[in-house]
Amino acid sequence: MTPSTGKTPDAGVEGTRAAAGAPAKAGEPEETGPLAVEATGIHKWFGAAHVLDDVSLQVASGEVVVLIGPSGSGKTTLLRCLNHLERIDRGRLLINGHLIGYRENARGELREDSEAEIARQRREIGFVFQHFNLFPHLTAEQNIALAPVRVRKVSRALALDEARRLLARVGLDDKRGSYPSQLSGGQRQRVAIARALAMRPRLMLFDEPTSALDPEMVGEVLAVMRELASDGMTMVVASHEMGFARGVADRVVMMDAGQIIEAGPPAQVLDSPAHERTQAFLSKVLH
Amino acid sequence: MSFDWSFFAHLLFHPPGTFVQGAIRTIYLAVIAQALGVALGLLLALWRRSRYLPLRVLAGGYIWLVRGTPLLVQAVIIYDGSSALGLYSFGTLSVGPVSVPGVVQAGIVTLALNEGAYMAEIMRAAINSVDKGQAEAAESLGLRRRQAMRHVVLPQAMRVVIPPLGNEFNNMLKVTSLLSVIGLQELFLAAQDYNSATFRTFEIFLVTAIYYIVMTTAWSLVQAAIERRLQARGGDLVATVPLRQRLFSGGTSGGGPAIGAEQLRGAR
Repeated sequence: MTPSTGKTPDAGVEGTRAAAGAPAKAGEPEETGPLAVEATGIHKWFGAAHVLDDVSLQVASGEVVVLIGPSGSGKTTLLRCLNHLERIDRGRLLINGHLIGYRENARGELREDSEAEIARQRREIGFVFQHFNLFPHLTAEQNIALAPVRVRKVSRALALDEARRLLARVGLDDKRGSYPSQLSGGQRQRVAIARALAMRPRLMLFDEPTSALDPEMVGEVLAVMRELASDGMTMVVASHEMGFARGVADRVVMMDAGQIIEAGPPAQVLDSPAHERTQAFLSKVLH
Repeated sequence: MSFDWSFFAHLLFHPPGTFVQGAIRTIYLAVIAQALGVALGLLLALWRRSRYLPLRVLAGGYIWLVRGTPLLVQAVIIYDGSSALGLYSFGTLSVGPVSVPGVVQAGIVTLALNEGAYMAEIMRAAINSVDKGQAEAAESLGLRRRQAMRHVVLPQAMRVVIPPLGNEFNNMLKVTSLLSVIGLQELFLAAQDYNSATFRTFEIFLVTAIYYIVMTTAWSLVQAAIERRLQARGGDLVATVPLRQRLFSGGTSGGGPAIGAEQLRGAR
């Protein structure tokens, strides 16, 4: 047995949440739980390249944050750090109130967590990859049922039932027996989203989910993501889809050269960006 | 001495019992040794990827040693050498009605230990051929590393392994003949014994060659069927090799995506 990570640091959540600029949605009960993401001073190097340079980001539960910025700006790396697919080199990263991938010892030093504990934490974090990464040897429903069976120890029959429900939810109930190679890109990505949802995550991370798709398939994937957002899922999305950012995001975060250079409501960041690098980036993306 | 057609035809269609037993022994030696070799190869491949240095070193050293020495020498060391040194003597082993002579055990052990090293390299390449995103996707769902390997990476790697594995088994069928050197009565030694009694050397070894080619051709058909079945079960992961190419184009016939067994293997 691995001891669970430190107790939830509740103190100051109210204050930081306000600072994070989380929208006060009408009728939403006052949040008392921890932030979904609380990143403070994250640094990450790949060799000499400083890919994340003092990144701090807070995402409240239920919030949708869209990361924008030129390629190589660190969006993907930041997302991959959030479920510990990449290790952070410095900083402090809490997901749902727990340190992810690390444990604090008595002297306050961070040490990498056990593999089992990291796997346990990842159950609560869904990750959708740019290139889908569906399992090609399994059918759509088997792709979705694998983790519930192997990780949540749900019975096979129950997991397949749930897989079919999830496939229906992403509009693919007729594709449950199809192998990924028999699906279009848009369909694959929708299966991938369903697969992540099968673990009932509290946070969903999307790494440029539509970048590898033919243009006519982008809409169907974004529609699924829109619906997820309206269901109240906490989402962090790296995307070049400015329409999606404008329509769905509570907050847009602009990254460049490993730093967050600007963040705020979509109307503010997209329409009247304060930073000239944001302006330059948007003028390239929008025209 | 001219070619004796009637001797040849008689031997081909009415072989003596020692011939038939030798051929049967060749087949079961190859099947058992290949199966053990695959298991050992998988273990070694996983050890080579281990996070623990001693396991990596152990597996790497083993592969280096086995691939760097001739099978013939390995067979003699394992059977005769270990017994001469008093290390271990292969004696007859009886399991119920079946009794396995010591030399057969030694033969299986030798072939399996040898094959394991080659299979390890094939398995390693096959595992590496599976996109890294596959393990990442599995781990992002909360699967442990071991589970991701078992349920996601290995099933895909195994499909890549099938074509070169077929090559290995083809080779294994023929390589069993080397065990004649430790006195194992397989097809080749049976032929040799028959030869020293009759001196019809050309006819006898021609028939022997025909027996080997019947076995390897039969295997080619089985392998083709296996690959067809794998391909039918979804997935365009296995490149099927036309039978003509399989039979006539030597080492390249087994080329799954990105690996050919022949490239992985040094001179045996």
